[in-house]
Amino acid sequence: MMISLRHTVATLGIVGLFLLFGPSRAIAADGPVTAPSTSSIEQALTQLTSEDESIRDAAIRVLISQGDAGLVPRLEGIRASASRSIRQAIKPLMDLLKNRAKLASPDSDARRSAATDLGSSGNPSAIPWLDAAKVNESNKWVRYTMEESSALIKLASDDPSTKLAAAEKLGELRSGNAVPALKALVEAGAVAEATEQQKVLAKVAEAAIDRIETWGDWANAIETIFRGISLSSILLIMSLGLAIVFGLMGVINMAHGELMMVGAYATFVTQQCFTAWFPPDVFDWYFPVALPVAFLAAAGSGFLLEATVIRFLYGRPLETMLATWGVSLVLMQAARVYFGDLTAVVAPGPLRGGAQVLVGVYLPYNRIFIIALSIVCVLGIYFALFKSNLGLRVRAVTQNRNMSACLGIPTRKVDSYTFAFGSGLAGIAGWVLTMVGNVDPGLGQNYIVDAFMVVVTGGVGKLAGTIVASLGIGGLNKLIEPGLGAVYGKVFILVMVILFLQWRPSGLFAMKGRDAD
Amino acid sequence: MSDGTTDTNRSGGLGFAVVGAILLVVMPLLNLLPPEDSWFHLSDFSLNRFGKFLAFAILALGLDLIWGYTGILSLGQGVFFGLGAYCMGMHMMLTIGKESVYGSDMPDFMVWNQVKELPFFWKPFYSFPAAVIGALLVPMAFALVFGFFAFRSRIKGVYFAIITQALALAAWLVFNRNDTNLGGTNGLTDFKQVLGYRLSEPGTQRALYVITVLCLGATYLLCRWIIRSRAGRVLVAVRDSEKRVVFSGYTPANYKLFVFVVSAGLAGLAGLLYAPQVGIITPAQIGVLPSLEMVIWVAVGGRGSLAGAVLGAVSVNYGRSVLTNYFPELWPFILGGLFVLVVLLFPDGMVGMIRKGKSLLTQRKAAEEKPAVPDRKVAVSEGKR
Repeated sequence: MMISLRHTVATLGIVGLFLLFGPSRAIAADGPVTAPSTSSIEQALTQLTSEDESIRDAAIRVLISQGDAGLVPRLEGIRASASRSIRQAIKPLMDLLKNRAKLASPDSDARRSAATDLGSSGNPSAIPWLDAAKVNESNKWVRYTMEESSALIKLASDDPSTKLAAAEKLGELRSGNAVPALKALVEAGAVAEATEQQKVLAKVAEAAIDRIETWGDWANAIETIFRGISLSSILLIMSLGLAIVFGLMGVINMAHGELMMVGAYATFVTQQCFTAWFPPDVFDWYFPVALPVAFLAAAGSGFLLEATVIRFLYGRPLETMLATWGVSLVLMQAARVYFGDLTAVVAPGPLRGGAQVLVGVYLPYNRIFIIALSIVCVLGIYFALFKSNLGLRVRAVTQNRNMSACLGIPTRKVDSYTFAFGSGLAGIAGWVLTMVGNVDPGLGQNYIVDAFMVVVTGGVGKLAGTIVASLGIGGLNKLIEPGLGAVYGKVFILVMVILFLQWRPSGLFAMKGRDAD
Repeated sequence: MSDGTTDTNRSGGLGFAVVGAILLVVMPLLNLLPPEDSWFHLSDFSLNRFGKFLAFAILALGLDLIWGYTGILSLGQGVFFGLGAYCMGMHMMLTIGKESVYGSDMPDFMVWNQVKELPFFWKPFYSFPAAVIGALLVPMAFALVFGFFAFRSRIKGVYFAIITQALALAAWLVFNRNDTNLGGTNGLTDFKQVLGYRLSEPGTQRALYVITVLCLGATYLLCRWIIRSRAGRVLVAVRDSEKRVVFSGYTPANYKLFVFVVSAGLAGLAGLLYAPQVGIITPAQIGVLPSLEMVIWVAVGGRGSLAGAVLGAVSVNYGRSVLTNYFPELWPFILGGLFVLVVLLFPDGMVGMIRKGKSLLTQRKAAEEKPAVPDRKVAVSEGKR
């Protein structure tokens, strides 16, 4: 649904752009007959190539106030045959005209970037354009950028009262872009020979900087929390399958990371199939299609792994770790030999880019998607474990294997299905990891030790433990990363986990009673 | 798996003497005496490479103590190995002196990283005895602290394995950093001399080889002594049923800590001997994968058998050095396959296979001699591992 909708919007955008630029080009090609104030524009165009700088500047001013984007191709022509200094003079003029036209573009990103460009151009003639465009602007963030740009230009003006108002306005907007200019004002006011006006201005600028920076800290904090939650979600999706199998069979599957890799490569292969055999306009659908493919590929591999290796090692968890590590080495090398090192999945349209929620706070769609997916996964597993027949059996075997067997539960089958299911979850984790990084044979290795830590910290047999542990480890990771750096952050987390295990030796939610050992 | 005590029987003494004589006398003589084109000649390179394998065997003995006999899987032995090797490496970096590329008293990478003054923890390593003692004591102290917290809170089994693996990852990350002043990704290299002897001289390398053999022999005797002592019996008991050990009034945590520290010290010793023989130590030797590979040496050779650990370390590394030479892409497949195969089919490794072969030959005799009781004992330890 969402995909098709966004697709339509994108198509409309392209069509709109064509409508905008197509005819104007045609007018330019037809010549000056149809244009209203033809004579002054034509005159200015000829004066552009004049060697006299004052004439040239006057011509540029005329063109800025009266011209439009339709002149761009003609200016291009003039530029091609002109000397260097003239080329340099015409370039900003062309940019201004282009950006002015883009202010009316149906694509909000184009409008926004045009507003930003006009703001950084510092040309006062852009102020009325921005103010005019602002009135009819429907997108909040484009309107914000237009206001910001207009205030930025005003800040550079010669009129002190305009400057003052602009500085106040920028503080109100919490514009991070304005900080350098404002700082310059503060410095100008701090000099001994500063005028009274400059001093007042410096004060206002200082207050504005203060506001902006306070807000910047908040924005940073929000983004850090978001990154923490997003990392936690990745860890959570990865650890869920690992934790369920660990709870049930007492087995840590060291090949879990490689099962994720299988999921990621399944996504990659699905993408390749779509580019090879399907029309490009359904390309974005490869991503939803890859979900079951990744799940089944990983679940199938897991099923095979259980049937050929793990079932023979029942009750010997350390041996299982070693054997699964061996499997992971083989899988990794197989992927390296078969696929090579450079494979990447193109994010489907709707997951590209991000949403701005507040000033300076920008949340990428793929991260939001990951967070949503982890919630869906938790809910799905909750229902699978607590509302389904198989789930009931899984819980029974987790609590007491022998008793369950006595009551007629086929524990071997439960093991086998659960292992396949846990592997399938790894496949989903791999599927979603293609959104945040390359698909390479080492994909699983990057996160797997963290996932092990989550399982160890979370304890066995309880979903809540895994959730809390992954939130804790993921959140803590991103929280201390800015201060300590990624490496020492990891070391710090290891120390924390060891200390935590002093307090709770078998994890957050340990099994109690006689069976705990 | 063997009971641990049965394999160190009387005939072990003869075997020890024979192997010791071959390693200590025959191999250096083969390197020295025959002319270079003779079939019997052992090249300097081969002897040096074999010395490296024997250094690894020392580490494998320590790992066998903790994993094979005590049943604790430590996936962080690479860290202790690295600590030992880095201590020795730092000493050798400092003795390069003005011979370095930049001609400075400081190690090259510090000049490159614009470190002006030697960091304080480098200073003790000007002295050779300090480096040797450090190579042994630093890993042991580290293991003592880490193990104290781990065993005190009864972290065991899979939990301990995961925690030590995380330790290996963390250590790898820290050693890779430039700001820890340990050479970053490139590690420590370009050693010139140790105690005034040039490392490029074949004679120095031969001497290092002999020292390695002597250390290996001493380590073997030390491990055998530990296994045969009362403490060794407690260790095996911890492996087979920790609960019963507790009920019998022992504190398993102390024994575990002891064996963990000993194995860390042996890993440090291995690192100490490795660095001058190989001439480079980098973080790549101490990460998660190398630490796991060390476990596979012991598994291939045979857990719970000291001879097996030595045999495994030498044969796996020999196979690796030959195979990575001819089929570099194949090695991960073989290594991974070894993990799976050994664990699934040959849980007692090469020693177990040799024993099985022997017992097949003398089956009848063995059946007459063996009463039913030891069989049951084996079965118990089998189930509880």
